[in-house]
Amino acid sequence: MQTKEPGIHGSSEVAERVSHSATSDRPYKIVLKGAAFFFGAVVLIFVWSVLHAAWPALKQNGYHLITGTAWVAGGNGPFGAFSLILDTLITTLIALLIAVPIGISSALALLFLVPPKFRTLGASLVELLAAVPSVVYGLWGLWYLTPWLSHTVQPFLAGITGSNFPFNGPQEGFSLLLAGIVLSVMILPTIVAISRDVISVVPVDLIEGGLSLGATRSQVFTKVILPTSKIGIMGAIVLGAGRALGETIAVAMVIGSNIQMPHSLFSTGGTLASTIATEFGDASGNTGAALAALALILMVITASVNAFARVLTNRAKATA
Amino acid sequence: MTNLLTQLPPDPIYDRRKQIQERAAATIKRRTFLSRTYIATLMGCFILALIPLGSVIYALINKGIAAISWTFLTALPTQPNLVQQDAIGGIGNAILGTIVIDLLAGLVAVPIGVLLGLYLSEATSRIANTLRAVTEIMTGLPSILLGVFAYEYVVLPMKQFSGLAGVVALGVLMVPVIAKSSEISFRGVPSTLREAGLALGARDSKIAKSVTLPVAAPGVITGVLLSLARAMGETAPILLVVGASGVWDFNPLHPMSALPLLTYNYSGSQYPSQRVAAWGVALALVTMILILSLTARIVSARMRREKR
Repeated sequence: MQTKEPGIHGSSEVAERVSHSATSDRPYKIVLKGAAFFFGAVVLIFVWSVLHAAWPALKQNGYHLITGTAWVAGGNGPFGAFSLILDTLITTLIALLIAVPIGISSALALLFLVPPKFRTLGASLVELLAAVPSVVYGLWGLWYLTPWLSHTVQPFLAGITGSNFPFNGPQEGFSLLLAGIVLSVMILPTIVAISRDVISVVPVDLIEGGLSLGATRSQVFTKVILPTSKIGIMGAIVLGAGRALGETIAVAMVIGSNIQMPHSLFSTGGTLASTIATEFGDASGNTGAALAALALILMVITASVNAFARVLTNRAKATA
Repeated sequence: MTNLLTQLPPDPIYDRRKQIQERAAATIKRRTFLSRTYIATLMGCFILALIPLGSVIYALINKGIAAISWTFLTALPTQPNLVQQDAIGGIGNAILGTIVIDLLAGLVAVPIGVLLGLYLSEATSRIANTLRAVTEIMTGLPSILLGVFAYEYVVLPMKQFSGLAGVVALGVLMVPVIAKSSEISFRGVPSTLREAGLALGARDSKIAKSVTLPVAAPGVITGVLLSLARAMGETAPILLVVGASGVWDFNPLHPMSALPLLTYNYSGSQYPSQRVAAWGVALALVTMILILSLTARIVSARMRREKR
């Protein structure tokens, strides 16, 4: 900061400066607004481009695009993405079932249980988990989880249930279950980081109040901390779901890329995003438009999920 | 003494107290047990969460380092065939391609992102609020959608896969991330500092230049570096638009090679040598990303220390 004594100005000079400042601030405002509107325009063009590319497929298939189960690639259709939507939801559900309990537990452990000098280290490790690119998770799933799943997990499950639904199917490793497991690892950092944020703002008074009433630590966790930060944790879960719905490459590498109705946890399949990635290269005829239509469906789903997550996290911030 | 005590008549209050104490002890024992089990479960979950990280890092180091050599990092790739199955060559052009695409995308995205962040931190109009929501939603959209966008607007008109299309896709991907993190940094600037500037008669632009930007710089720079790191690892949008290249050619209007793309392609190769080499490519990629992330941390830590 400048410490110079302000000079003594004549009144005319001051007036001149004031008027000068009023006018010369306009470029600044224009630059800021320009950047903002440029970005807004790019977003509009982006939405339009997907819509435009998808249009032929929308016109051709109508609502069958969502409800239809037949997908004839390479030619002119018909294109029905029902199995893809189903696969997307199933893999996301598996990922959430694994990542939500582990993620919330980890957030609690990081905040209250890990010895204080290891807390920063623990948080950095979770951040590191988020920094690993998705293609590396795909590679890891391909090399380590595929054999594990086909040689260990599936025979084990088959031994219990006798190869009945939902554990029937080919023992190749590539499967909806594997995609769900890989996704759970990938959304874990999101869930941990955000629930850690919302749990850390639970008022200390409440926690100490619980403890002073003789509650054990587990009772404080389940009866004070989690109910207080419920909405924020919901936000974390929804954001994680958004990531899982849209994850592309890692899923494409482990799901076995196959468009069929899912009939088992071990059936191969394809999510909306992974199918775009794997089919785009050799799309011919109307297939390109159909893939763009998948992108459109994916955009609508993930945008609504993210908007919902935003509402939840904002409400959590407002009540905190 | 002992005789006296044993000869005393039974004391109902004493018995009752003893009963209560026993019950309390049992309750406390049960509650402690439950609490300890619960806490052990939480810690177990936390450790479980770190196992994949350990496994990924182990695999990267174990398999990756075996694949990496000076030639591997600097040479051009070669296509193995049935006779020379181990002829994988190197990834030199993919490393440089990744850097070129990432830097060009940053060059486009950083000014727009930072200015957008500044706008969002200052404006309160309805348009600004809408734009804030749009920015936040954009950060969560699947990156492959931007690949579709770049394909439609760059690849199709140019009738050719190109690095430029990758730059466009990654640039649009980075802007909202940078805007969000810089908005948070700008909002963190104490209003007393701005008001001091206003009281000295400075214009908004002067305050932004001399107060807001310098104070918020550590946060902004960290956000920029982290978004560069994130964009570097993106595979999906690049897969759709960049094409493939086996030569030293960094004209953004031509197809290019990039590390995440190579990892993906090698992982599904029919040659075992290439499938193993995928780990080498992945290690190179993760190393570059970690260098960026670590720089981000060091920069922000150092600049914060200097402020004091």
